[in-house]
Amino acid sequence: METHKPKEPLFRIAKRDSIVWWKAWGIRAAAILAALVFSGLVAFLLTKENPLKIYATMLDGAFGTQRRIWGLLQNLAMLLCVSVAVTPAFKMRFWNIGAEGQVLVGGLASAACMILLGDQLPNAVLLLVIAAVSILAGALWAVIPAFFRAHWQTNETLFTLMMNYIAIQLVAFFVYKWSVPKGSGQVGVINRATHAGWLPAIGKYDYLLNILIVAVITAFMYIYLKYSKHGYEIAVVGESENTARYIGIPVKKVIIRTMLISGALCGIAGMLLVSGTDHTISRDTAAGRGFTAIMVSWLAKFNPVFMVLTSFLIVFLQKGATEISTAFALNESFSEIITGIIIFFIIGCEFFIQYTVRFREKEAAK
Amino acid sequence: MMWAGFLQRAIMQGIPLLFGSTGEIITEKSGNLNLGIPGIMYVGGISGVIGAFLYEQNAAAMNPFLAVLIPLLCSVTGSLLMGLLYSFLTVTLRANQNVTGLALTTFGVGFGNFFGGSLVKLTGSDIPSINLTATSNYFRTSLPFAGKLGWFGQVFLSHSFLAYTAVIIAVVTAVILSRTRVGLHLRAVGENPATADAAGINVGKYKYLATCIGSVIAGLGGLYYVMDYANGVWSNDGFGDRGWLAIALVIFAVWRPNISIFGSILFGGLYIVHNYIPGLDVSGQELFKMLPYAVTILFLVFISMRRKREAQPPAHLGLPYFREER
Repeated sequence: METHKPKEPLFRIAKRDSIVWWKAWGIRAAAILAALVFSGLVAFLLTKENPLKIYATMLDGAFGTQRRIWGLLQNLAMLLCVSVAVTPAFKMRFWNIGAEGQVLVGGLASAACMILLGDQLPNAVLLLVIAAVSILAGALWAVIPAFFRAHWQTNETLFTLMMNYIAIQLVAFFVYKWSVPKGSGQVGVINRATHAGWLPAIGKYDYLLNILIVAVITAFMYIYLKYSKHGYEIAVVGESENTARYIGIPVKKVIIRTMLISGALCGIAGMLLVSGTDHTISRDTAAGRGFTAIMVSWLAKFNPVFMVLTSFLIVFLQKGATEISTAFALNESFSEIITGIIIFFIIGCEFFIQYTVRFREKEAAK
Repeated sequence: MMWAGFLQRAIMQGIPLLFGSTGEIITEKSGNLNLGIPGIMYVGGISGVIGAFLYEQNAAAMNPFLAVLIPLLCSVTGSLLMGLLYSFLTVTLRANQNVTGLALTTFGVGFGNFFGGSLVKLTGSDIPSINLTATSNYFRTSLPFAGKLGWFGQVFLSHSFLAYTAVIIAVVTAVILSRTRVGLHLRAVGENPATADAAGINVGKYKYLATCIGSVIAGLGGLYYVMDYANGVWSNDGFGDRGWLAIALVIFAVWRPNISIFGSILFGGLYIVHNYIPGLDVSGQELFKMLPYAVTILFLVFISMRRKREAQPPAHLGLPYFREER
């Protein structure tokens, strides 16, 4: 009776029920290692340098001097801040890819306060005003798409994406309005002499306050998502809007509230960038962090604590690859290629954590 | 005639968007929201540039046929590989589409700018950009009698073969999507893959094919930009945000390539209209550049409020489909 027996496929894919934590992290570590080897290979093919020297250059670019370490920490904090900001929305399966714009309008609000109110308010008051206005601007930018999504199911991915470019052009408009000297298209350092509206340095460390603020935000978000009622509601809405409605969660309210928080935190990131780091504004102020943050947040499985690791990985690679490109006279976009490669590897490895591949068993054929 | 010049420039601006949006429509009809399109268009452009560059450097005398064919094949190969990567990660390895797409864009833009920068170093010249005028001239060959036909010739007949290819691809795609069995199957996959699967349609195959074909078409937009619009001059970040604009155009065209043809001219016009408004300062121009995006948002809100069934995104857009998880 072998006539109708269909041929069993060579392999089949089955979802894992669960995986022990060390196995999952082992797979991830292996993927990162493989990605590093692969990136090293790419760098080797392009530069024909000793591969060990390439890795040494990367490490040097990230940790070479005290200044570089602070730069690394500062960049890590900024990326982490945006990543944490986008996380609650993602947990709700609200695909907010508008963080870039939300950060930018936050930064724009800070810059506006610094320029327009710089010589009119005492610094402490000015800083409070900056914080409030930036948070409001970021929240506003996020809540517009959320409102339409909640009421009319308007596609949030496309809406938030378009909002980025509105923000970018808005910034470009004001940069020309405020440019110093007039018509140069650059704002330059705002309040260079008075330092009005600059976040204060703690001791002699310029960036320490930024880093501390981000640390607090990260801890807050971890607790908010894990232990608060809001966090629970976000998780349920993300799993199934119908379930959420059935157990009496006001879905529309949760969507709008969560995006308000998301946007407000992006606004803070914008403030930290403009008032705490660059002291200027341009259309590149967010520097693609709004997009990178989405990957960082996803790679960390939406866990704010893991995000410290994933954003460290990305920032380390960017710094290292930038150093490679300067050291070996390559184009600085090399770092984007390396970032892309490592993300492809990690995205790919998640499959082997979620699923197992079972091969056809020999004895069945007999 | 100023308006004829404006219309001609608007069409030239619109063609890359038309390629990009037709490619993305095919992809999205299979339920894959490929946010890697901007990166793919960069890769399509730079791959063509690399091919043309190597050919110009190594060929003793340029053969017009090869001068067009080599960049074209390189461009197609480059974007095809990007499409395969996206399909492999999202369909076979079941990864998140948004994350994969954004990573693809990061990678693709970096790839374009990196090789754009490095190729210049290879030539040993200190100009900031690659200059492929010879190849570009072959690409830009237009109908010989276009100049004699006044404004009509200038607006409609002065374009290169790639521009007409874009229109033809859009029309053919529209017909295939709405009039053929293949199109019906593809739409079924994007609307409800479980039902399509039950009806015996190979969901994975359709997703792979749609994404790869879509990527190749989008990549041609990058090639058109470099070879036709930019006269063979590659400058880093020169392509700008046109890839995202192409995705915006998909919405504006309500997922129909034939509407995309007119939409692309409209978007192209909106993109350059600031050059044609007298007395506008630089900051005012920046505000005008917002127009295509603002129009798209208004349109997106409008179609979602109106709830007309045929004007909605594919129901399963952006969502993964695994047979075992139904």
